[in-house]
Amino acid sequence: MIEVSGLRKSFSVGKRGKTREVDAVRGVDLSVGEGEVFGFLGPNGAGKTTTLRMLCTLLEPDGGTVTIAGADLRREPGLVRRRVGYVAQGGTTTDEVTGREELVLQARMYGIGKAEAVERTEQALVAFELADFADRLCRTYSGGQRRRVDIAMGIIHRPRVLFLDEPTTGLDPQSRAHLWDEVRRLRDEGMTVFLTTHYLDEADALCDRIAIIDHGEVVAGGTPAQLKHEVAGDVVTVGVNGSGPRARELFGDRPYVRKLDLDERGGLRLYVDDATTAMPQIMRALDADDIAFDTLELHRPSLDDVFLIKTGRSLRDK
Amino acid sequence: MKFLRDTWLVYQRQMLLVLRTPARLVIGFVQPITYLVLFAPLLKTALAPTGATTYAEAYRVYVPGLLVVLVLLSGFFAGFGLLAELRSGVIERSRVTPVSRPALILGRAFSEVTTLMGQAVVITVIALPFGLSVNVGWLLLAYLMLALMALMACALSYAMAMLIPSPAALGPIINAVSQPLSLLSGVLLPLTLAPAWLVGIAEWNPIYWTTNGTRALFTGSPGDPVVWQGMLIVIALAALSVFWATRMFARQIR
Ligand SMILES: Nc1ncnc2c1ncn2[C@@H]1O[C@H](COP(=O)(O)OP(=O)(O)OP(=O)(O)O)[C@@H](O)[C@H]1O
Ligand SMILES: [Mg+2]
Repeated sequence: MIEVSGLRKSFSVGKRGKTREVDAVRGVDLSVGEGEVFGFLGPNGAGKTTTLRMLCTLLEPDGGTVTIAGADLRREPGLVRRRVGYVAQGGTTTDEVTGREELVLQARMYGIGKAEAVERTEQALVAFELADFADRLCRTYSGGQRRRVDIAMGIIHRPRVLFLDEPTTGLDPQSRAHLWDEVRRLRDEGMTVFLTTHYLDEADALCDRIAIIDHGEVVAGGTPAQLKHEVAGDVVTVGVNGSGPRARELFGDRPYVRKLDLDERGGLRLYVDDATTAMPQIMRALDADDIAFDTLELHRPSLDDVFLIKTGRSLRDK
Repeated sequence: MKFLRDTWLVYQRQMLLVLRTPARLVIGFVQPITYLVLFAPLLKTALAPTGATTYAEAYRVYVPGLLVVLVLLSGFFAGFGLLAELRSGVIERSRVTPVSRPALILGRAFSEVTTLMGQAVVITVIALPFGLSVNVGWLLLAYLMLALMALMACALSYAMAMLIPSPAALGPIINAVSQPLSLLSGVLLPLTLAPAWLVGIAEWNPIYWTTNGTRALFTGSPGDPVVWQGMLIVIALAALSVFWATRMFARQIR
């Protein structure tokens, strides 16, 4: 449904005389299948919005080829516009009009006739449960209500692909859960959904496949389960406080440790194949070297571990 | 066809927003009405050399100038609104649709023009009790000229906003363009009072001709050649400005 290869974009920023190139997106390759919920996971400034804006024809790529729903982005932008919907990161409801007016207008912008636009708005109000507040000014809406109107606008022309830029940022847990259900419903109706997020749990729970983007590059891709499996079987975290460097050296060449990582708070993360056999060995090694530790935790790898391994930074700390 | 339909769509939407925010309309009135009430009464004596000896005659000279200032200066502010809408993402939301790109800018310009003409009518009506009297036919023609000036100013402002997309930098530039343009056209007082060198410069200013044309219509001399000259000039200017603005918009915004 979406094929992206070598997508690039840089901006020149700064005052006259002292301009500097920012490579926002540097060679992104992606492939998204029909009916998939695809997640683009990355920290602030990773290039998520820039990528999405290019895919929606809002921004001209510096390089690369893109095909969306059978249309070539460069040669047939008009066709792409008809086949995709886009919901911007900030949302775009206007304070002085009602949700219903917004939906009718957006439908008409897509060239839909007046009667049909009203009809589709009616359907969207029901499907997204907006009817209660649809005739109030958008000024009075809660964040979650605004977001739902935004998404209803994004699909009013029944696109085959929907792009959602950080759809749940700033929403409370209940509104988030509600929105996840909406996304799943759209997928079940056959729509392909491409969303960006910096929430690990969202990528994990909602997305069929994800790509991790950092500094404008895709550093890993696959199903959440695949990615986690790639990292290791288990993760053991040892709180070693002051003896971090010594402990790191100690475990550096143990055959049962696949990879290790020391965080700023003195926690040593050991990625091992199987915790049941590794745990006793870890404890014996710590004892033998007289390294005191106050905690010893075992957990299944999370997407954060994947992110940490691929980029050397934690997404959670930010 | 699609272009006309889309322009109408954008126009309707912008007009709805104007009607929903009446505060902005009222603010637009305050300055012209203050001038009308507090400044215009000084004019009877000031305008005596031009042959205006009664209040009615003074107002027929002054009101058209006031309206030109209104449409020019307010029109030149349209670019700031466009920048705000670009920033808020409202225009981006239209741009992901296949809506006609010139329609996005023209629908907005026409809504600004409508608003300004509404204000012009109100100001004319307020001037009536002060003694303004003018032939309705010539008044309508004068309004057409004013509307074209408003369209030109909006379009120029949009084009400049595309060129300099920062409100802080755009402000001084718009002032630098619009102030001399309006002063050098004799909007406050006719330049018949001015020294010859000033008139010599003003004759290079197209707004000078359109202002004089509008004034001739108000003072009841529609046969004055400056009427058709002003009309031709303003039609050409409006067309050029609109062409420039749509081109800049299509290039910068895609
Ligand atoms: N119009 C622009 N001009 C200059 N630089 C830009 C522009 N748009 C984006 N950038 C830069 O490109 C990089 C990527 O930005 P982008 O908005 O794509 O990040 P993001 O992944 O969406 O981040 P966030 O999670 O904060 O939304 C950033 O360094 C940003 O400053
Ligand atoms: Mg973003």
